[in-house]
Amino acid sequence: MTEITKEIVAEHGLSESEYERVLSILGREPNRTELGIFSVMWSEHCSYKSSKKWLKTLPTEAPWVICGPGENAGVVDIGDGQAAIFKMESHNHPSFIEPYQGAATGVGGILRDVFTMGARPIANMNALRFGQPDHPKTRHLVSGVVAGIGGYGNCMGIPTVGGETNFHSSYDGNILVNAMTVGVAETEKIFYSAAAGIGNPVVYVGSKTGRDGIHGATMASAEFDDDSEEKRPTVQVGDPFAEKLLLEACLELMATDYIVAIQDMGAAGLTSSSFEMADKGGVGIRLDIDKVPMREEGMTPYEVMLSESQERMLMVLKPGSEEAAQKIFEKWELDFAIIGEVTDTGKMILTMHGEIVAELPVAPLADAAPEYDRPWVKTVAPAPIKASDVSPVKDLGNALLTIMGSSEVASRKWIWEQYDHMVMGDTIQRPGGDAAVVRIHGTDKALAITTDCNPRYCYADPEMGGKQAVAETWRNLTATGAKPLAITDCMNFGNPERPEIMGQFVGCIEGMREACIALDYPVVSGNVSLYNETKGVGIHPTPAIGGIGLISQSDHMATIAFKSEGETVLLVGDTSGDLGQSIYLKEIEGREEGAPPVVNLDVEKRNGDFVRDSIHSGLVTACHDISDGGLAVALSEMALAGNIGANVSIQSDLPSHAICFAEDQARYVITTTATNAEKLLQNAQKCNVPLQNIGTTGHNELKIENTLAISIKDMRHVHANWLPDLMTVPGHE
Amino acid sequence: MKAAVIVFPGSNCDRDMKVAIEQSLGTSPIMVWHGDSELPDTDLIAVPGGFSYGDYLRCGAIAGNSPIMREVVKKAAAGTPILAVCNGFQVATETGMLPGALLRNANQKFICRDVHLKITSQNNRFSGAFKVDDVIRFPVAHHDGNYFADDETLSRLEDNGQIAFKYSDEDGTVSSKTNINGSCNNIAGIYNEAGNILGLMPHPERLISDQLGGTDGKLFFDNLINSLN
Repeated sequence: MTEITKEIVAEHGLSESEYERVLSILGREPNRTELGIFSVMWSEHCSYKSSKKWLKTLPTEAPWVICGPGENAGVVDIGDGQAAIFKMESHNHPSFIEPYQGAATGVGGILRDVFTMGARPIANMNALRFGQPDHPKTRHLVSGVVAGIGGYGNCMGIPTVGGETNFHSSYDGNILVNAMTVGVAETEKIFYSAAAGIGNPVVYVGSKTGRDGIHGATMASAEFDDDSEEKRPTVQVGDPFAEKLLLEACLELMATDYIVAIQDMGAAGLTSSSFEMADKGGVGIRLDIDKVPMREEGMTPYEVMLSESQERMLMVLKPGSEEAAQKIFEKWELDFAIIGEVTDTGKMILTMHGEIVAELPVAPLADAAPEYDRPWVKTVAPAPIKASDVSPVKDLGNALLTIMGSSEVASRKWIWEQYDHMVMGDTIQRPGGDAAVVRIHGTDKALAITTDCNPRYCYADPEMGGKQAVAETWRNLTATGAKPLAITDCMNFGNPERPEIMGQFVGCIEGMREACIALDYPVVSGNVSLYNETKGVGIHPTPAIGGIGLISQSDHMATIAFKSEGETVLLVGDTSGDLGQSIYLKEIEGREEGAPPVVNLDVEKRNGDFVRDSIHSGLVTACHDISDGGLAVALSEMALAGNIGANVSIQSDLPSHAICFAEDQARYVITTTATNAEKLLQNAQKCNVPLQNIGTTGHNELKIENTLAISIKDMRHVHANWLPDLMTVPGHE
Repeated sequence: MKAAVIVFPGSNCDRDMKVAIEQSLGTSPIMVWHGDSELPDTDLIAVPGGFSYGDYLRCGAIAGNSPIMREVVKKAAAGTPILAVCNGFQVATETGMLPGALLRNANQKFICRDVHLKITSQNNRFSGAFKVDDVIRFPVAHHDGNYFADDETLSRLEDNGQIAFKYSDEDGTVSSKTNINGSCNNIAGIYNEAGNILGLMPHPERLISDQLGGTDGKLFFDNLINSLN
């Protein structure tokens, strides 16, 4: 047996005090396999050791929540005996090293998390952050990540219906690839991971185990340095065809009653899946490593346990069902192997060639996982920037064109046209709107899905930024007519051992917590990705929020496109005109400064509820929330989507640049027929909601009286071309 | 009337095809698993889109050599109408039921969007809902839809009226600008010589209601089912 030296412990990412804890749990030195298991189980990625204390403060309950955080994905009731199962997860480090495979396996992993629980996935989403557009690596990374996401989801036949993409220098050395999957299951047929039934067979299904991805979880828990390229072998390789077969085989098996527990093999592979199943069930597990289907000869127990080969599942079956279950997997030409059994020893015992190669107590290892209360300092919130503090540019029409063609606002069509967003035949709102909407197959119900986060806001004021990210998803869902149900969070931050980074994390969580409570919109699943740093420079704090909402009748749905000429345009909400952290300030003044806009959650709820009710009452013909870029951008996007212009005039004491570009929250633009406008105005008054008639749709330009007039054609040109131009290498294509 | 949909491991538009046929036919098509030895007698066989066998080796290559496709080829030769969409079109060219091949898109990227198609020949069974020179809209979703055939084959297809659809703009202009994937002569779909097999890259089954963004696909299936009834 190899002697465990200090160097070996350090290589495994365990601190001295953590290793002391290993020794006290075992009462002896671990062997290498055992050390490897401790290392991945206690990695930041698997143990949430720095974040757990704060994650616990988030609200996770509501009458419609069936299962909150802790399982493979969150589960909410959507009525009629159906549940939506969803989660978002990061695959940042692998995607930076190897963009295609990193992103592809990120999608594969999140899909498995959802179908492990018995759901058929119905939609994929993603939240991507790249470095600045002209950074030498950006083009390569965008191209690889987008192809990888498409390559996996398209082959699986799950539509990728939307997402968000930002470009910012803080991600130059550390991109973020967050993938989200939403699935639908019957509430009576949800599968969990707690192993049970002493003597029950433990079964391995899916692809064979190879040497790929060993130590992926540990890699994802460290900063990058100049040697990060050498970590390429720890990136897994995806096989979406194998996963498609695994999906169909698992769903076929799930239609029987043979499964006691099931867990996908994600980060830390067989180690994490078997320990989690044993720990949740309060049992032991014995595994015979020789029986694990292997791709290569001569693999050691260490390699088998730590491999992150993709497209694999572990399950506990009811005794006597093995043969029938095996038949299903044979039909789909997938490996099926009984590799062990559930025991009452409370231990994980691994054997190979008839000898015990690891013997670890399950509960102590899981319970003793380190939990840190890392020191943190509160981010000092900057002062607001008033409209009067920013001198207006002469030509606001030009400013609008600059913003419409900027990296922040320009069309993402180049990205989503590479994703099959229509397969499964239920996409009733395609990418490009406030939220994607996917029908529940065979019903008239639909789910609205969105992902949002404004990292600039979060960097300036983590608490307000966290609050805003949650509120924005809520608003985007509301703008389609959906009732927001719950969120998944994907917390991407820098090194938590630095107090200012930990302070960003704590601040974002606090803001998110307040928003979730006020909007009755709990967190049901999530993921934390820390150490997103390169050479000591951290990313902007990025708590990406994925929200889902229910549309109970699909004709109660709104889209952003202006529908016809001569309709009344209405502005919902108040405008303070502050410009701190706005896109106007960034793109026109070249400044990322000031306080982000204030989120008033009471106002948010009041205005949103009014908008949703108005959509349901059939009075609204189009609806768009006002976010990045402000009112002028919202109007432009509605005009582009409908290919119809508008003529508006806003009553306000504020200067024009603030009216057009301030990013005040809790605001929407809605349209209605001329005959219904008065009714909406009366309703708004009753609900105490600020609603202003600002103009009429029509013609082929957006005209803001006394301010600007831009043709749809010019607008479309800058908006459509920015990303394709960026991605086209001169001389190629 | 009875219809069958062939399902390979990796097919993923099989359900969409089933839904579209159901909507026009009123009853469900028979879903035929690739491993089934018997292909039932039906009035229509649909080979749906997806990534059969992972599209390893070459799109549609493994499926093209599968036992079930040998049966489909026999039925086609006996005159059974075959609708081969997207991956189904790739499979059909691999079996030789349809001439030519589908190469990687000229821009090397997967393309998913609605496209305009100009009807270029009359085949009442498949395109009876439309007239020659009509422009319709179907979505595409493919990485390998770049239709290639040698010049001789292309002129034969043109002369025989075997070209079903060409990628065009909204007004029916067919040009290099409207050629989304580099296909020879902007070809989006073709018939065999006998006119009982249609292979096309666009997905008529995806636009079968206003809610999904259009009804040209519904018109296509309604006509197809009617003409076979």
